[in-house]
Amino acid sequence: MELVFALVIGALTASGVYLLLRARTFPVIVGLTLISYGVNLFLFSSGRLATGAQPIIGTTDTYTDPLPQALVLTAIVIGFAMTAFVVVLSLRSLADHEDDHVDGHQDAKAPQPEQNEEGTGK
Amino acid sequence: MSLPLVVLLPFLGAIAAPLFAQGGRTAIAIASSVPALIALAALYPHWQTLADGGVVLFTAEWLPALGLSLSFRLDGLSLLFALLILIIGLLIILYSRYYLKAKENVGKFYALLLCFKGSMLGIVLSSNLLLMMIFWELTSLTSFLLISFWTHKQDARRGARMALAVTGGGGLALLAGILMIGNIVGSFELDDVLAAGDQIKASSMYPVALTLVLLGAFTKSAQFPFHFWLPHAMQAPTPVSAYLHSATMVKAGIFLMARLYPALAGTEQWFYMVSFTGMATLLLGAYVAMFKHDLKGLLAYSTVSHLGLITLLFGMGTKLAAVAAVFHVINHAIFKASLFMAAGIIDHETGTRDMRRINGLWRYMPHTATLAMVAASSMAGVPLLNGFLSKEMFFAESLELNLPGFWAWLPPLVATLAGIFAVAYSARFIHDVFFNGKPVDLPIYPPHEPPRYMKIPVEILVFACIMVGIFPAISVGPLLYAAAAATLGGDVPEYHLTIAHGFNLPLLMSFLAFFGGLLMYSQRQRFFDFHARFKEIDEKAVFEAVVLRVENLAHRLTATLENGSLQRYGLLLVLSVIAVAAAPLGNLGVFIGEAGLSPIDGPTVVGAGILILCACLTAAFHRARFYALVLLSVVGLLVALAFARFSAPDLAMTQLSVEVVTIVLLMLALYYMPSWTPLETSKPRRARDIIIAAVAGVGMTLVTLAMLTQPFSSISEFFLENSKPGGGGTNVVNVILVDFRGFDTLGEITVLAIAALGIYAMLKNTALTPPPGDGQGHGWTRDAHPLMLRLIARPMLPLALMVSVFIFLRGHNLPGGGFIAGLITSIALILQYVASGMIWTQDRVPFKYHSVIGVGLLFAVVAGAGSFAFSYPFLTSTFGYITWPVVGKFEVASALVFDLGVYLTVIGATLLALVSIGRLSPHSAIKSTREGT
Repeated sequence: MELVFALVIGALTASGVYLLLRARTFPVIVGLTLISYGVNLFLFSSGRLATGAQPIIGTTDTYTDPLPQALVLTAIVIGFAMTAFVVVLSLRSLADHEDDHVDGHQDAKAPQPEQNEEGTGK
Repeated sequence: MSLPLVVLLPFLGAIAAPLFAQGGRTAIAIASSVPALIALAALYPHWQTLADGGVVLFTAEWLPALGLSLSFRLDGLSLLFALLILIIGLLIILYSRYYLKAKENVGKFYALLLCFKGSMLGIVLSSNLLLMMIFWELTSLTSFLLISFWTHKQDARRGARMALAVTGGGGLALLAGILMIGNIVGSFELDDVLAAGDQIKASSMYPVALTLVLLGAFTKSAQFPFHFWLPHAMQAPTPVSAYLHSATMVKAGIFLMARLYPALAGTEQWFYMVSFTGMATLLLGAYVAMFKHDLKGLLAYSTVSHLGLITLLFGMGTKLAAVAAVFHVINHAIFKASLFMAAGIIDHETGTRDMRRINGLWRYMPHTATLAMVAASSMAGVPLLNGFLSKEMFFAESLELNLPGFWAWLPPLVATLAGIFAVAYSARFIHDVFFNGKPVDLPIYPPHEPPRYMKIPVEILVFACIMVGIFPAISVGPLLYAAAAATLGGDVPEYHLTIAHGFNLPLLMSFLAFFGGLLMYSQRQRFFDFHARFKEIDEKAVFEAVVLRVENLAHRLTATLENGSLQRYGLLLVLSVIAVAAAPLGNLGVFIGEAGLSPIDGPTVVGAGILILCACLTAAFHRARFYALVLLSVVGLLVALAFARFSAPDLAMTQLSVEVVTIVLLMLALYYMPSWTPLETSKPRRARDIIIAAVAGVGMTLVTLAMLTQPFSSISEFFLENSKPGGGGTNVVNVILVDFRGFDTLGEITVLAIAALGIYAMLKNTALTPPPGDGQGHGWTRDAHPLMLRLIARPMLPLALMVSVFIFLRGHNLPGGGFIAGLITSIALILQYVASGMIWTQDRVPFKYHSVIGVGLLFAVVAGAGSFAFSYPFLTSTFGYITWPVVGKFEVASALVFDLGVYLTVIGATLLALVSIGRLSPHSAIKSTREGT
């Protein structure tokens, strides 16, 4: 189970990092969201993986660690606030520069797009 | 109590004095004198204690954990320096009254002067080395401001910057040295440090610590090779030069050597470092002084030379030499202050300081000339004046120094040579300025005597020169003895303060120096010609060039690293994280720890497989933004399922509701953005990014695996045990949020509120027109708000609100609580915006979301502060039970009010963010909700 969980976090991180390195704001935001999923799962799992052990007194015999859960709960909500803020930042940048490049403008030296790869992005 | 007062008074004066600037120069000069007068009166009662070898201490705790305390210490040495600082400071204040012009910023001048005086007093009176360090840095800063007082002069600014760079750099070294000493001794208190001299000298850190401390002292006291800042600091107004370079600033380094003498001196390293530095400085300063045409330049190099002399005396390591050093500190302060003041008068009355032009002033200002000539004679070491006495002691000590073989003649030779130079430049000061023909084209002609009171400080100092010179035992004897005793740690050798010791070798050296100097001066033209053959190095230009080069280097480095591309920063960030994490990860070795793996089950593996697939597909198809978003939402939902699977119902509910809001948010954003990402990165670059991403992913997998398979113990036992009895709730996660760690939660909802308000502010006056279509030829649909959605959405609102109230109330015991309930309410409201449009919904929302945030935070804070009323700490909660129809026995906790605050803040923040974005478009009333259909 731990291996599966670790692979999930790895996949989230890898796709998140790849998108983080893109040149446009929207993929970067999506990448950040993916990374925050990964981070939340990672922090949550620091209390170890247990099934049927929800930390609600009286419902089970053993309880999993409630502290990471409490931390991650606020992290999820704050993560949303952060995402919203970055989204707005990108909208503002779009409004100010009329361009959604993360640098605010397209680099003059950027290589010409390769037309034959349309559609995949990879 | 009087000691901290002495230090504090000048600072208070610095605040008060500028208020008197309106009253004219006399008023502010009188006001500025008050702190020093009070300080002198406060020190007077301690004299008897100090004369008997006692010490006055004052200690108050400041930061005991760092070994920093507000402790002050008055003994003979600190008294000597404090008196010099205070008395010469008073004379400077009087002198400045006439030196400064009425239109100058006298308020600033006196305020800075007083700050500087307070800092100097702090250095000499501190009993804690760290405290002393603070004042040490303060003198560097205030002297910087004083030297650059005439800010319009570029030379003044550069000179000040150079002084700051050199003394500030030395201060850093000193700080490191002091920290090392504190480390060796285990205390920064002076008493402990002085008592631990043997321990310090035996320590293996001693050589480094000594070098660092001496670096601090040498830079401050302008010792070779750091002497160059001092002559350039002469761009300061002359009263500042007179103060900084006679009794204060440059004496701080000397004071430090004297202060730490028992703790650091007496080793070979001390001897070689200090005495040879002193010797080099002594000779260099004396030699260069002779060739300076600038009156103050001559005095500056003479100061350098005399500082070298004092340093050399301390370096010699004998007790008599230390006494001579302390004695020369007094004498030099007296004659040098008066000489600077005289130079200032001449500058003031003639408009120039160039000795090639100011000649024959005897005829115009005989009174000033007499004073200056006496002081200059003292500088030269003429008998019956104070300079002679300490110089004689210096000559005697240079003979006592038993260097091995060939080197034995070096100190007396250097001493005599420096004596010859000193006589020569003093003779030049007297002869060139007051005789030697007629003045040459002076800016102010004819020069005349300065105002009567401007000469008083000079007169007092010159009188002191003579008094000390003729009656040394009566005038300074007791003070010198107390200071020497404090320097040497109580063990004062036999010495005699008399004018003549009979005919001996030191006297011969004095004669040699005197006549040699006069001879040298009479043959000066040859020396000038000889000196002129060497190219003079302008230290300021060199220094500026170095500064400029460093600056350019910094600019280039910054420009290379920081080229304005966020994309690149992201790359560097990820790379550095990988680089930092790589080494510990490599050392980890085994990635499956002792706890081992738990068995897997089918549904979880399938879920995980879908999650991984969707995450990779999101990245793969990111250019089609809408598809990427749909895939992202699948990932989010599966994350929620993962929480549910692994015993975190609260997290699952939170993740689910946040997911909904996030997707709506991103859709809303997508409405304004192009719906396709253009392909603009090259293939190799994408390959590179894929490799980086893969490395990051593998790294995270390994870290997670390593962590999950380690056995662990948690601090959560406490929460599990106390949740019910202490917090009154069975849902431990919620109890942690609103009770145990309530303060964290308060901070977090504040962040939420700030983010929402930031969003609102950022978009307030922004308009953004959405693109006409999706970029592929499809326009927006023209339908109004779909009827079916509207009809379903409206009855949903009360139902959803009821669910959220239920979730909220049960949160303390079962999964739920303020965060989740707030998100559910938000979703219910957002649904109305989506279904019925901005205007329709906004008309029916009777409040502003800002106020909701405000009220929410208020509830949270009030709930926390409420416990103050019962004398409990912030956010202490209490609870009781009431019986509630239908629901049954119901628990009411004061934490519920706090949770209500969380609930309201979450609603306010979420909706404020979304509504702000929705309102962006000029047609928001109709269009902003469309993408939800």
